Amino acid sequence: MAEAMGFFTDTTICIGCKACEVACKSWNQLPARDGGAPQLTGLSYDNTAKLDGIHWRHVAFIEQFDQPYDGRWLMMSDVCKHCVQAGCLEVCPTGAIIRTEFDTVVIQSDVCNGCRACIAACPFGVIDVNPVAGTAQKCTLCYDRISEGLEPACSKACPTDSIQFGTVAELRERARGRVRQLHADGQEDAYLYGADPDGPLGGLNAFFLLVDDPHVYGLPREPELPSARLAGSSFFGAVGAAVLAILGVVGLRKRRMDELASEPAVPAEGEP
Amino acid sequence: MGSNMAECHPVAYRWPMRAKMNGATLIHVDPRFTRTSATCDIHAPIRAGSDIAFLGGLINHVLASDRWNREPFFREYVATYTNAATLIGEEFEDTEDLDGVFSGLMEYRDEGVWDYDAFLGEYDDRSWQYAGRSESPDYSVGRPAETIMSGEVDSDGGFEAMLRAGRPPAPMTDPTLEHPRTVFQLVKRHFSRYTPEMVERVTGCPREKFLAVADAILENSGPDRTTAFAYAVAWTQHTNGVQTIGCCALLQLLLGNFGRPGGGIMALRGHAAIQGSTDVPTLYHSIHGYMSAPSVRKPHETLRSYLAEETPASGYWANKPKFLVSYLKSMYGDAATPENDFGWDWHPKILGDHSHMATFSAMADGKVEGMFCVGQNPATSLNATVEREGLRKLKWLVVKDNWLTETATYWYAAPEVESGEVGAEDIETEVFFFPSTQIAEYDGSFTNTQRMLQWHYKAKDPPGDCRTDTWFYHQLAKRLKAMYADSLLPRDQGIRNLTWDFDPDEPISPPGEPSAEKMLREINGYHTGAPDRHLTGFAELAADGSTTCASWIYCGCYPSPHENLTANRSPDPPGVPGAHLGWGWAWPANRRVLYNRASADPSGRPWSERKRWVWWDESEGRWVGYDVPDFALTKAPGAAADPGGIGLDALSGTDPFIMMSDGKGWLYVAKGLADGPLPTHYEPAESPVRNPIYAGQQSSPVFKFWRRGEADNALASVGDPRYPHVITTYRLTEHYLAGAMSRWLPWLSELQPELFIELGTELAAEKGIDSLDMVRISTPRGSIRARALVTDRIGAMMIDGRRIHHVGMPWHWGWMGLVRGDVVNTLTALVGDPNVSIHEGKAFVCEVEKA
Repeated sequence: MAEAMGFFTDTTICIGCKACEVACKSWNQLPARDGGAPQLTGLSYDNTAKLDGIHWRHVAFIEQFDQPYDGRWLMMSDVCKHCVQAGCLEVCPTGAIIRTEFDTVVIQSDVCNGCRACIAACPFGVIDVNPVAGTAQKCTLCYDRISEGLEPACSKACPTDSIQFGTVAELRERARGRVRQLHADGQEDAYLYGADPDGPLGGLNAFFLLVDDPHVYGLPREPELPSARLAGSSFFGAVGAAVLAILGVVGLRKRRMDELASEPAVPAEGEP
Repeated sequence: MGSNMAECHPVAYRWPMRAKMNGATLIHVDPRFTRTSATCDIHAPIRAGSDIAFLGGLINHVLASDRWNREPFFREYVATYTNAATLIGEEFEDTEDLDGVFSGLMEYRDEGVWDYDAFLGEYDDRSWQYAGRSESPDYSVGRPAETIMSGEVDSDGGFEAMLRAGRPPAPMTDPTLEHPRTVFQLVKRHFSRYTPEMVERVTGCPREKFLAVADAILENSGPDRTTAFAYAVAWTQHTNGVQTIGCCALLQLLLGNFGRPGGGIMALRGHAAIQGSTDVPTLYHSIHGYMSAPSVRKPHETLRSYLAEETPASGYWANKPKFLVSYLKSMYGDAATPENDFGWDWHPKILGDHSHMATFSAMADGKVEGMFCVGQNPATSLNATVEREGLRKLKWLVVKDNWLTETATYWYAAPEVESGEVGAEDIETEVFFFPSTQIAEYDGSFTNTQRMLQWHYKAKDPPGDCRTDTWFYHQLAKRLKAMYADSLLPRDQGIRNLTWDFDPDEPISPPGEPSAEKMLREINGYHTGAPDRHLTGFAELAADGSTTCASWIYCGCYPSPHENLTANRSPDPPGVPGAHLGWGWAWPANRRVLYNRASADPSGRPWSERKRWVWWDESEGRWVGYDVPDFALTKAPGAAADPGGIGLDALSGTDPFIMMSDGKGWLYVAKGLADGPLPTHYEPAESPVRNPIYAGQQSSPVFKFWRRGEADNALASVGDPRYPHVITTYRLTEHYLAGAMSRWLPWLSELQPELFIELGTELAAEKGIDSLDMVRISTPRGSIRARALVTDRIGAMMIDGRRIHHVGMPWHWGWMGLVRGDVVNTLTALVGDPNVSIHEGKAFVCEVEKA
């Protein structure tokens, strides 16, 4: 396997130009929402609103002002995190979602049956169905480009290098240096999100430099795999089955009683 | 200041971001908190149209500061390299003496030649001149034509003798800068009103923010550090835009920030090749290489009288005869001879102001028959109602664009046609539409904002009938030349004798396209009669017709048929100081920092190791450095000026500003500006407040106002309660200008799908407006609808003791394309800068109501 490849997105030098969104759509030939004429969202300068099947990069705009002209405007280009432990890959029933030789997570559109299990399984809300393909889609980290030694379209187009592409090991090193620099300059709220291999999901191959709580950017504080709740859900599953069985027995008994009383049959509440 | 660089020049903004990571302090002074402000260390909000008050405050603060007065660098730079020491004549009276105007103000002298100059007033600049020169104002630009003797002809066309005779006396100076008539003392006095309190009163910028900016700029100027300013159209699009830029130049000269790496004023030009379009101009008032367009209003009857009027005897412009004759040889080839003044009489001459607004005003009066509209969308342009009134009166209109723009469809889809106010059947204009190529479909060059030419290559054939703009004009020229080939009328001799040799030697696809290399050769120049012997630089140009060169400033970019330097792509290695001279080619002479002799001290040594750029090498006897020296290469720092000499001989070894007639950076501009030798704060043509700086003068006394009556182009009076808010217009990253290159493209249009107005939370609450509500915006010219975007990135400011709301609108929309919206330029007025006729789209007043 080649070295793990990923993105380091430094939000402190993002200028919100959305070149990443456009370059991604151009390279991957993704359609625009509503034929390119959706309604204004009113969410600052963000009119694509979220990552989904036709938006594989999304720039969030967060206005934080106490009073006019006094505050900050955060911008962050969001993308699939290419988790080391990927929920989507874990739940995919057809094997359409694979881990590539670059340690990235890719959905093979021709194998996907559109069951949507991955959509629910992603802790970041990255995946959705592309209405043109009818299959679940997301960032491939430009598998076709990096296989040929090219940089992904978004990082190539990023004018300020807010999005950087490289080996995860080298990007982490660079990102830690950048955090040290920001701290030295007095920006002490700067930290890395997803750069820790011992952290949640075994680390994110696409990680971020943020300056506020993850929730501010629409990211979970503690992302989890769907299987992390497996023990709990099994318990509920077993209890539920027992309850249903009891209700069933009660129901049958009631029906027999009703028949005996020669009254119209009414299905009991909770009957399977 | 005056730029929203992150949003409007996002690719170039890579470098400020790189500088930020290297520890630079970034400052944004702007009425809005934009994507640029978001990345800057300081955002200082100011009211739109108050930039000179802010810059004037900086000048006053700098001159009074401890640092400026203690650090010897500043005084040495200013006293030696600028005209600070020059004495101004006693006749000059400042705005301080005349309550807001300069001496020489008078009624506009309408000569009845052209009705669209639109000046409110006019200055006679004779009293502004250097001491001892006011009697003969033309000294600074040569000698009146009638004093030139016939027979003053030598091997250089006789022009040298003409200039020598017209050489003005050396300016009187006081190097101590103490004399009250020195430029330095006049500047100091002129800006003494611009205190931090006054800055706050006029601009609305809180005092502490202004002082933070002032201190950062002072700390980051000096021998070891430089400060750079970047501006764009938010400085130009005012009735005093040129003065705003001049005010910044004045500040940067005082801080020693010119001619040095990391200094200067960056004019962020428009996309791709706007710089090129003024170098090889599409401007009406300029011919190639920034020479004035011949005018019937000036003594331009003959080549000689033009040159006498337009050529300063000292400084590098003294070579203008060589530039102009080489240009005329390019225009008229063999037909241009010394006997016929190189075809001077065939050259078109202007009547007056033929700029955009003047032309459309004339068009609306039915005085323009036809128009070629290539890459422009005037149907949504300034005071759009008047512009479309003009379009309707044309007999014919050619639109060449990528899409059917609003200008191509105004006759059936404009609001006034949709509403039935104007009937499509009543419009008699014949409209032709030519589909255009895109950039990857042809060879050519871009000239970017750094004056750098970069060649680009065709990647594929254009689809269908799409053709380049050069194809269009090439084919048009060939057809016109064929039509006039046999004409004997004097007026047709220009087109008959025009040389037009751009057919490719080898066929190009699609057929009929001209050769881009041949056009570049024409611009670069060659030895007359031997087109394969290219010129290697403008020093080779001659005034006797032996050289042919369309644009002297580009001379040397294509020094041989096999060497197109604009195609060079060799950057300097990382970590090595240099100017990347092997990447593209920058005019003039591949210099990257202009006036870079100023990067060394008067004795020729770098001001500091950190800011080393170009310096004098004593052993080699010449200027050396990382860049191409912008100075006479072997003129020693100690060389004295030749009092009788012309051109560069008239300048000394410590005169870095070689294009200026005295070799100095001009703090005070005695000649060349229509609205005063020093910048002064004036209110925009429409303002909610009286001018707090000069009660006696509200706005520029000489700005341009195309009066078209109440219905067409009315202005709100000062403080008009019907229009209480200040409005500014701007662009978004997601769209391009009038939208012709973005509103048809789904990937861009979905990013900003609807027209909106940004307004503050306070105003929104006052008016009961929520985000996404439809609101109506009105000015005396018209009213439009847009969605509200309520934000704290814009808001109310305290201006002269009053709370004034500021709102802003992007102006990219129209009635065509995937995403459509009202035309914001319905709101703007036909008012403009007196020097360059640009409109005031950045500051006016409006009302905002829930629709």
